[in-house]
Amino acid sequence: MTALPATTAKKLGLVIDLDSCVGCHACAVACKQWNDTGALAPLSDENPYGAEASGTWLNRVHSFEARDDQGGFALHFPRSCLHCENAPCVTVCPTGASYKRAADGIVLVDEDLCIGCGLCAWACPYGAREMDESQGVMKKCTLCADRIDNQHLLPQDREPACVRTCPTGARHFGDLGDPASEISQLVAARGGVALMPESGCAPTNRYLPPRERRSHASPLPPKAAQPSQPDAPDGFLGWLDRVLSA
Amino acid sequence: MFPARSIILFTTLSGAGFGALAWLGLLAVTGGLPADGLTALLAGGVSMALAVAGLLASTFHLRHPERAWRAFSQWRTSWLSREGVFSVATLGAAFAMTAAWASCGPATWVVAAAGLGTLLGALATVISTAMIYRSLWAIPQWFNGWTVPVFLALAAATGALVVCAVLAWTGTLAATPAWLAIGMLVAVVAALVTKACAWHAASRTAPASDTASAVGLTGRAASVHPLEAPHTSETWLQHEMAYRVARRHAAKLRRVAALLGLALVLPALLLALWAGGIVGALLMSLAALGGLAAVLVERWLFFAEARHKVTLYYGAQQV
Repeated sequence: MTALPATTAKKLGLVIDLDSCVGCHACAVACKQWNDTGALAPLSDENPYGAEASGTWLNRVHSFEARDDQGGFALHFPRSCLHCENAPCVTVCPTGASYKRAADGIVLVDEDLCIGCGLCAWACPYGAREMDESQGVMKKCTLCADRIDNQHLLPQDREPACVRTCPTGARHFGDLGDPASEISQLVAARGGVALMPESGCAPTNRYLPPRERRSHASPLPPKAAQPSQPDAPDGFLGWLDRVLSA
Repeated sequence: MFPARSIILFTTLSGAGFGALAWLGLLAVTGGLPADGLTALLAGGVSMALAVAGLLASTFHLRHPERAWRAFSQWRTSWLSREGVFSVATLGAAFAMTAAWASCGPATWVVAAAGLGTLLGALATVISTAMIYRSLWAIPQWFNGWTVPVFLALAAATGALVVCAVLAWTGTLAATPAWLAIGMLVAVVAALVTKACAWHAASRTAPASDTASAVGLTGRAASVHPLEAPHTSETWLQHEMAYRVARRHAAKLRRVAALLGLALVLPALLLALWAGGIVGALLMSLAALGGLAAVLVERWLFFAEARHKVTLYYGAQQV
């Protein structure tokens, strides 16, 4: 049924650290690889070697230029399903293909029931669902349910592929419904936020905003005040210093 | 949003079909149906054919139409599912009403009972269709109080035009109660007024979300602009949610829709009611076709002008 569970025992989700993310797209590639070869049907590509290559991806990394009172900074922003508590994509589904697991809150699609109407993708403000054009069914982040449920994998591999692969440790996985869990503590310590909280969807995933920049805490001394001659080094560096100061 | 032909045809045709069935149901309940078997078959048949054509068009939007029957199962939560259930139930009642009206005449309790079912079912179907769109928070142009009144008014107007055109051809329009013609005029004017109000309201609604909120930087960044997209070419998501082609022509198309309604449909209607006979039937048919064309244009704009929140990740600053 597409009715949402009143409560879920766990609230499994991701915490993404926007301070550590360098926008390398490794998470997106790992996601594509796992979901292309795992238990579910492949994530198709259209015209993969042509000029207008396109395909189904469950995780997309955007790069933004943000500005605050100290100037601009780069923001790398991975976007995927937030496994919302009030997931509108689930309740609009006419066939029961979309559902939210009562045990852990993961939002999934039963591809055998999906008619490919696309209404769930319209209902999602975050753009988390993509139509697989070759199979005609809706695809979305499964939180790698086929990894975290798989008792045959090593314990350290029972987490989403994107988390496992992130080279900067910007992605974290765990139970956000348990205030004592490691990632809940991380969210509390870093002031993690939900995206577009005005949506009423109550996303489970949290994003950790970039830390305040250190530049204003220890500003570089003004250029003119830099001593050049009195304690200039000798040798090559001294020569370089004299040339550059000329 | 991408204005898919299948959905534009679906909402326009099934709106007119169920609108027509609602008027026939109202006539059946009040005992106003003309006692003519041919009229029964034509009026019921055309109305049901429009509704069915719309529903069939909607299946062309499905990637797996062979599984469409599953869409009847989730009526507890999904307006799309409710729309399916109500439409089939209404068609059943409409078939019973038409068959009884054609075979036993309009003044039987079967016609009245089936007519009541048809009237209520048709209203529920049109409201459900509108609620599919009205319930989507991600699309502010749809997520407001005007969507349901506009769908109801447009269905009532086009439905009345269709019924009156059929009755004009069979020469029974003059014999039906005068409130049908008055109701048709009121519905056409109401459709024009509610749509104008909806357009006006849409232009004055303040956006609820901005890019900073979409990426979790509210209060942290004064501005957020896209630097690099995640992909090198357009994705399904952008094709579906970030349709921009029509917006350049939006103002022109609004005038086309309004002109069709005001300058073609209303004068044709008034002339048809005044003229009667074959000329009246021709003018009434012209008015009905003009009304359907106006709704097609309106429905195209309904999709093409609607902005989805996901465009915040692709350059829109506020939605």
